[in-house]
Amino acid sequence: MKTMKKAFMSALAIMMAASLAACGDSSSDTPSGSDNSGSNTVKIGLHFELTGEVADYGNAELKGAKLAIKQANEAGGNYEEVIYDNKSDTTEAVTLAAQLANDGVAGVVGPATSGSSAATYQIKNDAKVTVISPSATQIGVTLDPSGNVYNYVFRICFEDSYQGAAMAQYAVDTLAKGKVIIYADNSSDYAKGLTEAFTEQFKKLGGTIVATDYYSKGDTDFNSVLTKFKDMDYDVLYIPGYYNEAGLIIKQAREMGIDCEIIGSDGFDSESLIDLAGASNLNKVYYTTAYTTVGASDALQAFIDAYKAEYNEEPSMFSALAYDSTNLLIQAIEKAGSTDSDAVRSAVENIEFDGVTGSFSFDETHTPIKSVLVVTLVDGVQGDAVAVSPDVD
Amino acid sequence: MKNWMKKENLLWLGLIVLSYAVLNILISAGIINNVYKTVLMTIGINIILAISLNLIIGITGQFSLGHAGFMIIGAYSCGVMLKSFVSGVPGVFLGIIAGMVISAFVALVVAIPTLRLRGDYLAIATLGFGEIIRIVILNMKITNGAAGLILPKAVSWHMIFWAVVICTIVVVNFGRSAHGRACISVREDEIAAEAMGINTTQYKILAFVLGAMIASVAGALYAGAFYVIKPDMFTYSKSIDILVLVVFGGMGSITGSFISSTLVSLLNTVLQQFSSVRMIVYGLALVVIMVFRPSGLLGRKELTFSGLLKVLKKGKGAAQ
Repeated sequence: MKTMKKAFMSALAIMMAASLAACGDSSSDTPSGSDNSGSNTVKIGLHFELTGEVADYGNAELKGAKLAIKQANEAGGNYEEVIYDNKSDTTEAVTLAAQLANDGVAGVVGPATSGSSAATYQIKNDAKVTVISPSATQIGVTLDPSGNVYNYVFRICFEDSYQGAAMAQYAVDTLAKGKVIIYADNSSDYAKGLTEAFTEQFKKLGGTIVATDYYSKGDTDFNSVLTKFKDMDYDVLYIPGYYNEAGLIIKQAREMGIDCEIIGSDGFDSESLIDLAGASNLNKVYYTTAYTTVGASDALQAFIDAYKAEYNEEPSMFSALAYDSTNLLIQAIEKAGSTDSDAVRSAVENIEFDGVTGSFSFDETHTPIKSVLVVTLVDGVQGDAVAVSPDVD
Repeated sequence: MKNWMKKENLLWLGLIVLSYAVLNILISAGIINNVYKTVLMTIGINIILAISLNLIIGITGQFSLGHAGFMIIGAYSCGVMLKSFVSGVPGVFLGIIAGMVISAFVALVVAIPTLRLRGDYLAIATLGFGEIIRIVILNMKITNGAAGLILPKAVSWHMIFWAVVICTIVVVNFGRSAHGRACISVREDEIAAEAMGINTTQYKILAFVLGAMIASVAGALYAGAFYVIKPDMFTYSKSIDILVLVVFGGMGSITGSFISSTLVSLLNTVLQQFSSVRMIVYGLALVVIMVFRPSGLLGRKELTFSGLLKVLKKGKGAAQ
């Protein structure tokens, strides 16, 4: 009985401590909230994966977004960032979406991944909070479950399928290839989307898919499959997937004597690709991306310089996309002249945006119409970048 | 004795109605806003998961690491139902039923060979099965593979509240029934139980299947309440999260599972603004609990009204 009593008391003590902490939390929130309603500070929600599995993307995007807000404030704006971390967890993202709607933000940038983004859209749309997603590339993610576009949701990256179609276009038009083997990652929706779109477009342009094979995330030995490929009649190898496996596939393929062109997607876009594949194996390798520093425009160069000055590191595609998203939101708020949700929303919808990742406007699914860049690797270094717009219906 | 039981039951009923009323009042008064409502739903779902695993680990003493596998079955049954067949609340109910049927079947298939194993071997085998279920769903067409399903919201906190109540009553009553006592005897000493004529494998399977079915209810409610389900949300680390709730609260203590699920969710919410130290504090809390209370917050004890009444009576007696 005594232990029972002790247990009960300790549980009670812990609960009281927790509720006290909760009180402390809410009371510290209130004064800052009233401060802001007093002045004309515009709050912008930054909702990213700052810890957990995909923290790399989230942190890169947070840096880009913070830089945009800092620059806007230096230019005379009065913006305040409200930062939340969803631990790369969709349940947490749902809670934070409700939190952001409560905080009275003028708009939200993020999250970085499609899954977490999709989890937040319904809540933010219901609460009439405009969302700009920097990198939610999944097919149809801006549409609600019944297929209508979310009014308040926009993204500034192209869909996975668009990138796949662009690569097919490039392979046929520029590389003049007609016979492809696809070796895809079967554990990500990203690679599956790319494979489908590439296949469709490649066939449409008169090419032949010689074979399609799959690997799984985490695989390290691809020799048996590559040996099978070696004797087939093909002239280009498409590897939709991420750099971890793609790097090893390229290395093993080149060592085996497969010296045809290898094409891929923005999953290749990482310094680690060189480490994994070896610089000398990275010739005749092409991939699609939304962002490259090769042949940078003045705006992009200015962004890169500012980013380096701020954080002392090179910006990635994710930082650039988040920088553009935040700037787009700020521009829309300025154009709307208020933080009224409908005014901001329609300003975003009708914007003609000129950013560091290209100029674009939104189509009817709130996805940007912009061209895909195809980067050529020469000894592992980005040699050339060409803009490609696939002819998709 | 009968009267005592009756009084206790009435008190529990009173507590249920009271907490439902208090929550309703707090929500309509705006003290519990949408944010806390989602936290409330997370707590409810975690409670269902924790008590269902507690049935397997705490009451029957079988170490299972594949619980997320049954949660994913429930989640996808409900998700596919909502997406492709019946929408809204009826869809959720049908999804829950479908999930329970499928997970009962799968649990049976898993349990018959694996529950002959003990301890670590069982843990590894169930872990493997959990992953198999996930990989199957990952590669199915109707589940939309790795991209998962984006779903309309169809579950309110009321539904989750009553689901928690029903699941708890089922688990508690099972634990106190003849079958439940047979399960407890398996936990205490399998050989002795067998010697007493208890068909240990049968009781282990019974508890495992029941636990799996309840976990699938939690999964179905999750699918209806949280918009997105993806296979990679239900990896073995989700099973570990559930296990942590059970161990934290005390293996075999249902009220312990309630307290731990609530505390862990609240801790997570309170620490939200300190994102970088959140996992450290969480880990530290677990270490502290395990060092000072190795058997969890409540051990195998329950917080009961009969216990409370006894304490009060004793206190009164001492005062006189």
